[in-house]
Amino acid sequence: MPKRANSFPEEVLEYVFSFIQTDQDRSSISTVCKSWYEIERWCRRRIFIGNCYAVSPRMLIRRFPDVRSIELKGKPHFADFNLVPEGWGGYVYPWIAAMASAYPWLEEIKLKRMVVTDETLELIAKSFKNMKLLVLSSCEGFSTDGLAAIAANCRNLRELDLHESDVEDLSGHWLSHFPDTYTSLVSLNIACLGSELSFSALERLVARCPNLRSLRLNRSVPLDRLANLLRLAPRLTDLGTGAYSAEWRPDVFAILSRAISGCKELKSLSGFWDVVPSYLPAIYSICPGLTSLNLSYATIQSPALVKLVSQCPNLQRLWVLDYIEDVGLDALAESCKDLRELRVFPSDPFVVEPNVSLTEQGLISVSEGCPKLHSVLYFCRQMSNDALITIARNQPNFTCFRLCIIEPKIPDYLTLQPFDVGFGAIVENCKNLRRLSVSGLLTDQAFDYIGTYGKKLEMLSIAFAGDSDLGLHHILSGCDNLRKLEIRDCPFGDKALLANAAKLETMRSLWMSSCSVSYGACKLLGQRLPRLNVEVIDERGHPESRPENSPVEKLYIYRSVAGPRFDMPGFVWTMDEDSALRVT
Amino acid sequence: MGGVIHEEQDQKYSLINFEETELRLGLPGGILGTAGKDGEASKNTGKRGFAETVDLKLNISSEDQSAGDEDQVEEMKKEKNVAPVPRSNNPTKPPAAKAQAVGWPPVRSFRKNILAVQKNGSEEGEKTNSITAAFVKVSVDGAPYLRKVDLKLYKSYQELSTALSTMFSSFTIGNCGSQGMKDFVNESKLIDLLSGSEYVPSYEDKDGDWMLVGDVPWEMFVNSCKRLRIMKGSEAIGLAPRAVERCKNRSC
Repeated sequence: MPKRANSFPEEVLEYVFSFIQTDQDRSSISTVCKSWYEIERWCRRRIFIGNCYAVSPRMLIRRFPDVRSIELKGKPHFADFNLVPEGWGGYVYPWIAAMASAYPWLEEIKLKRMVVTDETLELIAKSFKNMKLLVLSSCEGFSTDGLAAIAANCRNLRELDLHESDVEDLSGHWLSHFPDTYTSLVSLNIACLGSELSFSALERLVARCPNLRSLRLNRSVPLDRLANLLRLAPRLTDLGTGAYSAEWRPDVFAILSRAISGCKELKSLSGFWDVVPSYLPAIYSICPGLTSLNLSYATIQSPALVKLVSQCPNLQRLWVLDYIEDVGLDALAESCKDLRELRVFPSDPFVVEPNVSLTEQGLISVSEGCPKLHSVLYFCRQMSNDALITIARNQPNFTCFRLCIIEPKIPDYLTLQPFDVGFGAIVENCKNLRRLSVSGLLTDQAFDYIGTYGKKLEMLSIAFAGDSDLGLHHILSGCDNLRKLEIRDCPFGDKALLANAAKLETMRSLWMSSCSVSYGACKLLGQRLPRLNVEVIDERGHPESRPENSPVEKLYIYRSVAGPRFDMPGFVWTMDEDSALRVT
Repeated sequence: MGGVIHEEQDQKYSLINFEETELRLGLPGGILGTAGKDGEASKNTGKRGFAETVDLKLNISSEDQSAGDEDQVEEMKKEKNVAPVPRSNNPTKPPAAKAQAVGWPPVRSFRKNILAVQKNGSEEGEKTNSITAAFVKVSVDGAPYLRKVDLKLYKSYQELSTALSTMFSSFTIGNCGSQGMKDFVNESKLIDLLSGSEYVPSYEDKDGDWMLVGDVPWEMFVNSCKRLRIMKGSEAIGLAPRAVERCKNRSC
């Protein structure tokens, strides 16, 4: 069959490709033919790497020579809960070092759960003249010195977001390193910083940046400083207050109210540490315009919370402590018909007895009253299958359903049965469910339901659940779109893993800790599946010092084209073809 | 729901033959064999079984029963300090006031810290909602999990007994029938039970002492009970003398 020449010149194809933005679509067009692959790789500008160890910097640069925006994720999700030991990995320096020479025009760096050092930040500051956006989400390893380097050198920086990172806070003076000529700031999120900022530097910075739209302060910024800042940035759309407390003074209140009401474009509020309820009415004037409210640090009681949310009819996202209670969630369901996302955090996660009156009823109310609700994170102390069935029926549009019943393994408090049928109803009715976290007493039957109905499920989190390998087998064999599976303290072992080994290559990663997977099975997986990195994490010493059938502490399996990594600490071993032969 | 799946699974699993190669979760470096214990088919759960985490076996021969009453109580007191802590990763350590597993509940540390600080700050301030429930943990020797009951839901030992037997009826542990549970109300029957391998309910009171359930009036029990443990009759021997004493002092 004669070969056909390209119908369109390269420039035309490039132009067409520029409308195709998602990674999956880009990936698809690159597989059409060799010339499309070539054209596509030269014009790909945005890269997302969900696991920094799945590919190497060199491979990335070899394929995509001109990248402007990169997003990298490092540690597994359970690192958020201290399950991944210090030093496991996720270092970003090698990536920055490689990109410093390859991508001088890099504009955006987004990192999540990675280890970032001051050296890395200095290298970023030095290498990328066009750096516009730096997002360090849940990262660690750097100090305010590194931030000073960024501030001093990144003349074109528009966005600096330290979202929930663990920063070594040496001083608040790093802010002063933004030169007086620097005026491009659009978004600044420093809410996670602990120490006091230089307020005058902050005010001068805000004053000279006319495009500032998002400002999330840290707790050290007192309430009486807030009014000044707001007057300097009346076009803010997103504000994170500092500590929301001060001695009651009517004049301070009046000034604050006026300043807040001057910010007519405010859509999103957060912060609210140490809330003094009498100052809350200062935000009432802009409540009707709010779409996002994060009160997850606000230890105010239900009546004040009810008063607040009742004034936010356009609220789409609410993060709140369980102080809101069932009665508050009833009010929320009444007032906020546009609610899309709800997160209820536990005010006192470690007491066994409930300290607030928040039960399954609150979740039932919002599922009934808020037709657009699709994403939920809910911590509570009691639940019933009936409630879950009702919730599933009320709201079949859930895309993300994360329920944390605080005490592990407790059953339905009404029937004392496991929650199998309840979660079964959730997966059966919510056909678009992409993310699920289960809790409470669950047998293998629950996982049978999840495997049968959770066809669109991409991420699943399981803790203290199941009876046997059958449970894990249901998941691995049933959930066709599973990308991330994280399991802790479940009686899942070798059989299900080995029977579904091929499945693991279709997923991004699998985490299992305090389960029953033996060292022998890990070795077998590593040897048989060269495109998987099978990492055994065990702080008790080399697994060879224990019997082969002894379970490993933690196991992290992920697919990779980069092969085993070389930056592992002493308590992590990669199982591969050579592991059996390797001398310790 | 899900009935169709089983056939396929059976086929798949026949190759694997789970029964033969049944694995259990073991303590680090060791094997935790809970299969075949007392003839029950124990569930393989993520938690260590009670019998393995706690050794409350009282090494008492029947001759010593009458003498050394104080010794038995002392031993019980000592050993109760190693109460079941199924969530702890180290079963040999005495439990903290609130035993917790690492990273559970899944709340990020910066959320924990902030709340702790604010909580301390407001201790002098207004009280949080008063606790109207009286939740206590109920453990049954050999059962792989705890249950929790709100004692305020019940008005008498009889109601509690019914609830407990319902709660644990799905769990086959040999002689723990509902009859055995109900009998604990009757103290003279209790003595009969203790000589056998029946199950005996005990509770830990405010002072940390382990007592037999049924000793005190119901309201007093609700106010002083911190946790319940359904022990094997043979292990409750150390508690028996007190009940016997009381029984002698009152007209049973």
